[in-house]
This record gives sequence, structure tokens and C-alpha cells, in this order.
Amino acid sequence: MRYFPLTPDDRVEMLGALGLSSTEDLFADIPAAIRIRQPFSIPALFEPEVVERLESLAAKNLNTKSTSSFLGGGIYRHYVPAAIKHLLMRAEFYTAYTPYQAEVSQGTLQAVFEYQTMICLLTGMEVANASMYDGATAVAEASLMARSITGRKRVLVAGSLHPQYRATLRTYLHLQGLELVEVPWDERGALDLSRVCAEEAACLIVQSPNFFGLVEEMSAAGQWIHAAGGIFVHAFAEAASLGLLPPSASFDADIACGEGQSLGMPPSYGGPGLGIFAAKEKYVRRMPGRLIGEALDADGQRAFTMVLATREQHIRREKATSNICSNQALCALNALIYLSLLGEEGFRQVAEQCYHKAHYLAERLQAVAGLKPTFAAPFFNEVAFTIPGSPQALNAYLLKHGILGGIALDRDYPGLANSWLVAATEMNSKEQIDALVARVAQWRGGLA
Amino acid sequence: MSELIFEKSKHGCTGCSLTHLDVPQAEIDIPTRAGIGLPTLSEPEVVRHFTNLSRKNFALDIGFYPLGSCTMKYNPKVNEDMAALPGFAQLHPYQPDSSAQGALELLWELDRALCEITGMDRFTLQPAAGAHGELTGLFLIARYFQEKGQKRDIVLVPDSAHGTNPASAALAGCQVVVVRSDSRGGVDLEDLKAKLSDRVMALMLTNPNTLGLFDENILTIAELVHAVGGLLYYDGANLEGTCGYARPGDMGFDVVHVNLHKTFSTPHGGGGPGSGPVGVKEMLEPFLPVPVVTKKADGAFALDWERPQTIGMMRSFLGNFLVAVKAYTYILSLGGTGLRQMTADAVLNANYLLSLVKGTYELPYDRICKHEFVLSTHKFGQWGLKVTDVAKRLLDKGFHAPTIAFPLIVDGALMVEPTETESKGTLESFAKALLEIEEEARTHPELLKEAPRHTPVRRIDDVAANRSPVLRWK
Amino acid sequence: MNPTDRIYTKDHEWSKIEGNTARVGLTAYAQEHLGDIVFVDLPPVGKEVKQGELLLVVESVKAASDVYSPLSGKVVEVNEALASNPEKINQDAFGEGWVVVLEIADPGEAANLLSAADYDTLLASQH
Repeated sequence: MRYFPLTPDDRVEMLGALGLSSTEDLFADIPAAIRIRQPFSIPALFEPEVVERLESLAAKNLNTKSTSSFLGGGIYRHYVPAAIKHLLMRAEFYTAYTPYQAEVSQGTLQAVFEYQTMICLLTGMEVANASMYDGATAVAEASLMARSITGRKRVLVAGSLHPQYRATLRTYLHLQGLELVEVPWDERGALDLSRVCAEEAACLIVQSPNFFGLVEEMSAAGQWIHAAGGIFVHAFAEAASLGLLPPSASFDADIACGEGQSLGMPPSYGGPGLGIFAAKEKYVRRMPGRLIGEALDADGQRAFTMVLATREQHIRREKATSNICSNQALCALNALIYLSLLGEEGFRQVAEQCYHKAHYLAERLQAVAGLKPTFAAPFFNEVAFTIPGSPQALNAYLLKHGILGGIALDRDYPGLANSWLVAATEMNSKEQIDALVARVAQWRGGLA
Repeated sequence: MSELIFEKSKHGCTGCSLTHLDVPQAEIDIPTRAGIGLPTLSEPEVVRHFTNLSRKNFALDIGFYPLGSCTMKYNPKVNEDMAALPGFAQLHPYQPDSSAQGALELLWELDRALCEITGMDRFTLQPAAGAHGELTGLFLIARYFQEKGQKRDIVLVPDSAHGTNPASAALAGCQVVVVRSDSRGGVDLEDLKAKLSDRVMALMLTNPNTLGLFDENILTIAELVHAVGGLLYYDGANLEGTCGYARPGDMGFDVVHVNLHKTFSTPHGGGGPGSGPVGVKEMLEPFLPVPVVTKKADGAFALDWERPQTIGMMRSFLGNFLVAVKAYTYILSLGGTGLRQMTADAVLNANYLLSLVKGTYELPYDRICKHEFVLSTHKFGQWGLKVTDVAKRLLDKGFHAPTIAFPLIVDGALMVEPTETESKGTLESFAKALLEIEEEARTHPELLKEAPRHTPVRRIDDVAANRSPVLRWK
Repeated sequence: MNPTDRIYTKDHEWSKIEGNTARVGLTAYAQEHLGDIVFVDLPPVGKEVKQGELLLVVESVKAASDVYSPLSGKVVEVNEALASNPEKINQDAFGEGWVVVLEIADPGEAANLLSAADYDTLLASQH
């Protein structure tokens, strides 16, 4: 096997040095009743065969690069500058472990410190951790942190928070004895606080732009929950929106968290992405996850090291703020390099292009007879349309023509049976958008 | 001097080029922000910044990285190429199942392979890491007892366990009760018996445990836990130690997680992303998180979301899919025979390395180990030295240090896991370094105290960094 | 030798009775054992604790240690200086490194604590 450096002679010699005659002797302490004597049935392939097998599996999939896609819902296709993969694939980064030995991990440590700073800049928050698994678990951790800060057990969450984030929240909170209360949206698709009560709530979690792409009035929501002593959580599923929309701190969010896949990562069938988590500094000791701080070495040189580790599982065990150990470190590096390359101007341009493309898409779709926006509130780069017919049927029609259409909202929102959610990014050309609209019009024509 | 990217920023530069907007500009009717404060640099400057940062890291492709319980084995290059194929990396999680048949087939096949390897009936690939897998497993077990109408809230955890075990149990709303280790490093059966009751939901066990020792009483332990109606959870961090020689499913475990980023060679990436698939015995299958990959009668694959007894979702979408692609690539590259050889070599390497340093270093539990072993540096105390000093001196000698100060039951623990991807020569040079360090400790302790000297930075003042933490650049 | 003007717990805390209050701190042995203290998670003033219950947490770089209340009572004062200078515990455990003042709920509980001589003996037996 090409990955194993021991030669047959080595093995004999090493066993001999141990006073053993066979490899089997190394496993003599395994009870005979459960000892396996034969290899598994999985066949071993030569490298060219492995490549062929994987390539043939990959070829069975329709990928968003070779087609035109208007899918969003928390995962977006943005342009990834070529330099990123070359830097990420430096073995010094990707074949290193968690930076436990700081003196030989300064590359990772400084990068995470820079990443933490980038996230603070994007959100306006004071502290950010070294990453969570994804947007959904970041939101779940935020609710647990709010419980820990307030000692309260009611979690208010916008119904327009990503359905899978809400599903994750339900799973996480269930056994903690926390009550999850969903806040409805009004006819414009915006958060409707008039029908819930803020009393005794640990937090209010609002996604903006919300799952329907709509930009919420965050300041009012923040004031509302703060008046009752709760924690205000800004969630996001499209990090590119942070290039244009006001930062979380501007509406006094206590925690900002969400999905960072948009920051230079491919869609990857949903993972790995990046869980972003930031908060006000006064809550830092209640925060989950790893934190890197600036330090000095014995010679007085600037250095970086893990700090406040007493919050973490390897020290605090059952009293830790979270059980997280492995995180998404390489994805955080990916986001850092992306933001470094795009810079102030570039990142803003991405956000603006997303906005303009999605608004062009919406305007063209509105011109198709029978289609109308489901909601009236302003949106960023994603918009829901109520269509005359089944979104699944429309998607199937589009797929036949090589287009990945939108998300049918009915599985997660039975009340929005004919609603179809489409997203646009800077990657969708005018030509693609026009082609989509033409196909939708054709489909609509076929219905009549 | 380590300048930050922000300190290198200068006006008027950009490192990217976006195409011109080809649609009309719309009126912006949402509130917008002023500047963000992102740095502005040209592409070569960004590339040089990160290339130079990378040079300050020790990594597996540079040298020996014997971190115990972390399984720092070689990360095959072909895995990375396969995960980067557009047919995997450019898939969108909301695209119809019919357009992602290859991806679903891969997940299905990986599930089958993991079942064979661990002796379980079904896996979920949603958990993003080992600790996430633990939480998933405990949620599954809790739901199982809820369905049976039993109220159980105690999770037993050995004193040698990974910190994630008690942390996950607490997150699952359970009370943690610690079980002692016996003089052979295994679970103390008398203590276990004393702590078993009908309130016990599960015993979480790593086997081989964090001392690298296989618990020979595993069948008795399983019997005891099952006798009070509890379930057995397998922390797969150490699957490397028995893979191909014994399966957790046969040992009596009801739920397992495996770490694809350990046993199955996917890179650690400086801390992640990992993947912690969870496998269960049949009675727990209805509770698995959604969606579950199914194979239909016509051979087509689909995602099943309609599972009334599911615990729900553990995170978004299908987990760290690209990590699964890498692990599947690895499993195909090794096959059944390769997986067995992998474990045999890992265990042989560990025992051989142990034999070279035993005697000079104290071995608290002197038995044949599995893929890792734990030494005590207790005696270094007489020279005013701690395990950290030994670790830092190893850095000077060109090696990454083993895991230190864990497990907690060994004073000044050095936990060494060489893996199967190291040569006999590497093991011998590492052993030589450890022996030299012991001699230096006796004769020139300052060499350890003042280590490291030959690293990008010297010993870091963690106390000051923690007293007034600086967590971002301003 | 530990100061004789106070009483001790087996968990290495001292209490100095001052009328109906007790000033509480960690012993020199405790601070040495903990190493460089980097953070003290002080309880809020007004918090009521029972003897033996969690009072506060002190942290070094790689450990967090629970400190249990030597007596039942109400926290009436905390050593605010520790928020910015936790090292005071290392520097002067029996003086400026005090942690809280408790209003004593049950003076009788003091009998459960050790005299300085008994505490010295305890330490000697642990070496």
C-alpha cells in the first residue's frame, strides 16, 4: 500500500524487537469471540481506478458551474478568486492540527486572529470566535449562550429564520428544557412582533436578510427584546449581504451569527461551510468555541496563542460553554483570504452586484403574466414569487432545459404552497437571467 | 516581525477583478452601511502574506506529528483532487435528488462501508465533527428512551475520557457521573457496578481508551450496562487501534461515531473541518436525523425527509459532504486488506516506539498498547521541569510534540500516536530525541526551560495573553 | 505556617471573622497549586450561598477551579480589584488577594472549619 512506509522486513524486525512472532500477537487482548480474522469485503482499487470511480460518480451530478443556477437558501455560488485554492492547498495549512503548540503554529494562529478581526469588521461586533460548524449550529449555540447569560428558558425565533436552522434549534433545545416560540411574519413578509410577548425571553433570533430574502427592520426588533431584558441575535445565511447592509452592531445585536460559505467557498452540496459567531465583548466568557489572542514571546516578539480556553471542553468538561472541539478552521482561512483579496471595494461590489442582479431578475419575472412577488418587503439577493402552478413542476421543466430553478417553499412552509424562491449572485449573467425568464414564460404559456 | 494583513493594507489596491455589471442598476431601497474597513492589497501581496504565514506552521507534510488521540496520518493528495471535482464541489444542496445521483450514491456507499467497518446497521453523515457526533448519538439515545417511556438522565463517563464526552452529555441535558479506571487502565468494573442504575442512559467509552489500551472486559461491561437497560456509546476517536481486527458493533456498542478526519485520513486543516458520522443499531434507526439517503427499488437514490420519529436536524443539509468524498476515496484506496494493514502498522509502530523509550520514560500501564501510548513525565519534576518543557524541547528537535497533560489520570502525560504512515527510521529518530531530552533534563535542564529556541517564535507568555485578552486587531 | 487569626477549609480557603461578617480568600497553598491566576469569576453582591456551595471560579491558563463557600451567608462585598488584577491572589493570598466578604448566616458553622494549626497539619500530611 503506497501510504505505508513499513517494508515487510521492517515489520519482521520490529516484531522481533518486541519479542512477538506475528502481527496477530499485537491484538491478543481482543476477546476471541469478537476478533476479526478476515479483511472486510471492500475491494482495494489502484489509484487510477479510484479516480475513475470518483469521476464517474461526479459525472452523474449536474453541477452549478456547468449550468445556470438560481438556487440560494443559505448556500450561494459566488466567484472564488483563483489564488484562494493555491493558498488553501499549501500543506503547511491544511495538514496541520489545531494549534495546540503555539510556537510552531503561528501561521494558523495569526490567520485565525486576522479572521476574528475580519468578522468583527463585517458585523461591527467586538469579538468573534475561530468558527462554528455552520450557520445552523451557530444559531443553536447563540440560543444556549443567551440562556446562559439570562438564565431564561424561552427562545423567540423568527419563523422566517432558515427552516433547517430552526430544525437544528429544535433538536438542540429539546433536551435542555428550553421552549421555542416562533414569531410570525406579516403580509409583507417582515417580522411581526405584535403577536408575541417578550417577557422572560432569553433571546430573540432574527435572520436578516430572512429566508425569503427580505431585509428586516432590525433596530425596532432589537429595542423590543432589549426592553424585556433579552438577548438580541442577528442571524444571517448570506454573508455577502454584510457588504451592503448595516452591520449587526449598528442595531445593537448582542450576538451575530450565521453561515459564511459565501466568503469564497464553493456550494459543496451544503458543506463544509463556515459557522460565523461574534458577540459583544462583555459576553466573551459565555461564548462557545476557540479564541485566539495576541501575545508576546520570551523575546518580546509579537505572537499569537489560544486564549480563554477555560471555557472549552478539554478543560471545563461538563461545565464547558459548548462541546465543540474540531471546528471549520480551514474554511475560516478560506474566508479570510477571500476578504483579503476582495478588499473593501471588491466585497462591496459583490454585494451590490447581487442586489442589482436579483432586482433585475425580479423585475423581469414580474413581467411574466401570473407571477407576482409573494412579499412586498425590500429584499437583498433572493426573492419569492407566487406562481400559477406547482414550483416543483416549474423546476422540473427548467431542469429539462439545463436550469436549476428555485426553491419550492411548500415543504417547509405549507402555507406558501405556490411560492418559489429564486436567488441571484454576481455569477448569474444577464443572458442567464433572460434565459430563465424566457423559460418561465414558456412554461406559463404551456399552462394556459 | 509578524505584520498583520491589516497593517499591510494601502489605499488604491485590489486583489480581485469582478466583471462589469451587465444589468441595469436598480434603486437601492434597503438601508446600507458606510465603509467596512477591509484591507486593500494586490493579489501578489495577499499571496505573499499567506505563503509566509504558512511557513510559520509545522505540518504533517513537513514532519512527524505524533499527537495522541488525533491520528495525524498522511492525507493522501488524491483525496483532495476528488473533493475538488466540480461534480462534487459545485453541487447545491437544494438541487433535485435526480440531479445529484452520484453524490447520493457516494453517501450511500460510504454508509455501507462504515457499517461493515464498525458492525453497525445504519449511519448518518450529518454530524460535522466528533463532538457533534457525540451530541447526535446522545440525542438518539435520549429519544429512544423517550419512546420507551423511560426517564433516564445519567451518562457515565470514564475518568480517562476525552473532554468532549462530558461536555456533550451536559449539552444533551444529562447528568455526568465519572467511572474510575482500574490498575490496568481499563474501566473499574466494581466502580461501574456501583454507579449503574435504571437512571443510566448510556456509558460513553473509547476503546482502545485514551491510554491506548484495549479494554479486555468490554463484553462484560456491555453486559452490565445492558442489564440495567442502558446503552453503550462508542467514541470513535481511537477506531484506528482496532479497525479491521474488532468492531464496536460486535463489542456491544449501540451507537458509534467515527472521525473521518482521524481514521479515514481527511486533513485536519488547522482545526477543521472534520466529519463525525454516527452509526446505530437497528432499533435506533427510526430516530436518525433527516434527511436520510435511501435507495429505491429501481436503484435510484433519494433523500428521505419524511421520518416521523426523527430527532430532527443536527445542522444544515448533509454535513461536511466534501470531507465524506475524501474519506470514501481513502476507503476505496485501501480496501478491506489495506484497512487491516493500516491498523496493524499503526499498532506495530506504537509498540515499537514505546519499546525504544520505555524505561527512560515512566509507563504507568505496562501492556501491549494499540495505536497510541501514554508516558508519564512525573520524574522531570525533580529537575524543576514540567511536561510542557519536554514538549517545547521536542519542537527544537524538529518534531511536533505529542498530546500533553492528557489523559488527566496520568501525571504529566505524554500521549504518543505515531500512525501507520511513519517509517521505522522516523520512529527511531523521534525515540532518540526523547532519550536525549531526558538526558538534557538531568544535566542541562535550562535547555528544556528555555525551549523552544529554533521556532518562528519562542515560548509564549500565555498568562499575560489570558489576563488581558486582545482578540482582534484595532 | 498559615496565619492564626483565621479559620480554614480542607479545600484551601480561609475565612477571617470580622463581627457578623467573614472575609474570605484562598490560602497560599491554593494559589501556588493553581499557578498564575488569570481570571476570577466573582459572584454578584447580594448572592446568597450555603456552606460548601459554589461561591466563585478562579482560572489559570489551563484550569478552572471551583471555590466553595466556607460558610453560609450573603455576599456583601467582592474584591473588585481582582477583575483587572487577578494576580493579587498569587502575590498576597492572605491580604490584598481576598475574594469576598460574607454576611454570616449561621455563626455556628465556623465550628466545622479548621484552626490554623489543624490546617498546617493537613498540609503536612499532603506532602
